[in-house]
Amino acid sequence: MTELKRIIKAGFLNFTRNSSISVAAVLQVVNTLAVISVIILLQAVLYFSLDTIKDKVDVTIYFNVGAPEDKITLLKDSISKLPEVDQVTYTTSADALKIFRERHANDYPTIAALDEIGTNPLGGYLNIKAREISQYESIANFLKSENALSLGSDTIIEKVNYHQNKLVIDRLSTIIGGARKLGFLLTLYLVISSIFITFNTIRLAIFISKEEIGVMRLVGASKMYVRGPFMVEGLIYGIIATFITLVAFFPVTFWLGANMTDFLGIDLYEYYLSNFFQMFVILLFSGIVLGMISSFLAVRKYLNK
Amino acid sequence: MIYFNNVSKLYKDSVALDDVTFTIGAGEFVAIVGHSGAGKTTLTKMILVDENPTDGTVFFESIDVHKLKNKDLTKLRQRIGVVFQDFKLLSNKTAYENIAFSMEALGKTDEEIKSDVPHVLDLVNLSDKLLHFPHQLSGGEKQRLAIARAIINQPELIIADEPTGNLDPVNTHEIVEILKKINDLGTTVILTTHDHGIVHSVGKRVITMENGKIIKDTKHSK
Repeated sequence: MTELKRIIKAGFLNFTRNSSISVAAVLQVVNTLAVISVIILLQAVLYFSLDTIKDKVDVTIYFNVGAPEDKITLLKDSISKLPEVDQVTYTTSADALKIFRERHANDYPTIAALDEIGTNPLGGYLNIKAREISQYESIANFLKSENALSLGSDTIIEKVNYHQNKLVIDRLSTIIGGARKLGFLLTLYLVISSIFITFNTIRLAIFISKEEIGVMRLVGASKMYVRGPFMVEGLIYGIIATFITLVAFFPVTFWLGANMTDFLGIDLYEYYLSNFFQMFVILLFSGIVLGMISSFLAVRKYLNK
Repeated sequence: MIYFNNVSKLYKDSVALDDVTFTIGAGEFVAIVGHSGAGKTTLTKMILVDENPTDGTVFFESIDVHKLKNKDLTKLRQRIGVVFQDFKLLSNKTAYENIAFSMEALGKTDEEIKSDVPHVLDLVNLSDKLLHFPHQLSGGEKQRLAIARAIINQPELIIADEPTGNLDPVNTHEIVEILKKINDLGTTVILTTHDHGIVHSVGKRVITMENGKIIKDTKHSK
């Protein structure tokens, strides 16, 4: 207990007495934590955008005017059962007309023409959303397959807009896949390089004490007693860096939230506030692990004897 | 107390110790003299296990020091006080803390530290420099601080490796007197130096080294 107390005290003293080195080390840990924070926010933006785009992709089956309801229901049920399908919504021809009228409420000639016809010229339609973008193709294939045809659907379907959307869907799914892979690789690269730089900064800080580590051992200090204060210093680097990073991201995300929400599609300030606790835990954990492990490894090199 | 048995140390292209055998008894004051490069420092490093021999064995009492495990090595070092030519003080600790560190390393209580440190600093005439950092001390003061650190835990052996190498004659004399006093109180002292004048002023056993070999071992120089 006394030893632990002494180790902690020595760590604090070293931290304050080597102030310029401490500042450099803290700033370097801040850099790493900032990279991690930026990546977390970027991931949020990326996933939010991808979800929005994915949400906009769908396949619609338009039915002939007067297609019997029972056949449509039969087709809807069999499509719902496909494992790739997330959601199927049916819009009846009456609803389709209502939506059409609402949309063209200010377009007098169109409404007048519609009134002139007297009957409903619009068929109903099924809107299908797949779980994954790549699955639209298999849904479209199902519609062309024997199973769907045997339900008599060929006689009621006017058109399926998948083939018109195919190019866009294919391209989107390539872009989304690529963005994920690139995002992951970029994250990996940035995190690894920051960790290396931080590790080396701390190693340099400890290199200065290289000879003293040997002296401490020669005057009879145990390895743990020599290493302990350095690890406490590492811990302090991590804690202080976490707080600096967390505080610095308030104005940064506030500015992004105020000025970039339309562009990014997501209010980063709100995201930061609502995920503050998770960010705090991730950064504190990363900062402490980075500081302590770097110190541990750096001292180990000079503790051979 | 110390027994070197046919100890050799080879570096890549030089011989630091060449088949050295000698014994130092408990309570002895031994001066090891020789030019720089004669092997004096290597010899003291062998006792501290700061270097391993290429051949031969070094005993501290009945312990083969180079076979010690980590934990036991720490314990051995706690029985030895070391003084270096370049002082090797901990630069970011005050005079008081430098000495307290050696006591803390042995797990001494805060009370023991509070009572012993001022006492030993008084012994080496540094009572008024308690809160000075090493860079605020003169060469002689640094060396006296290093000696205070070496004796604080009442070691059985003091190794002083060229302790006067960086000091003027007045300070040299002072350091030698302190070491003699420590020896009078029963602690074994090994002093290495290249200065024959010091050896004569001490008037104790002298081991003369040259090119890694012991060429002379005289019991009393006076």
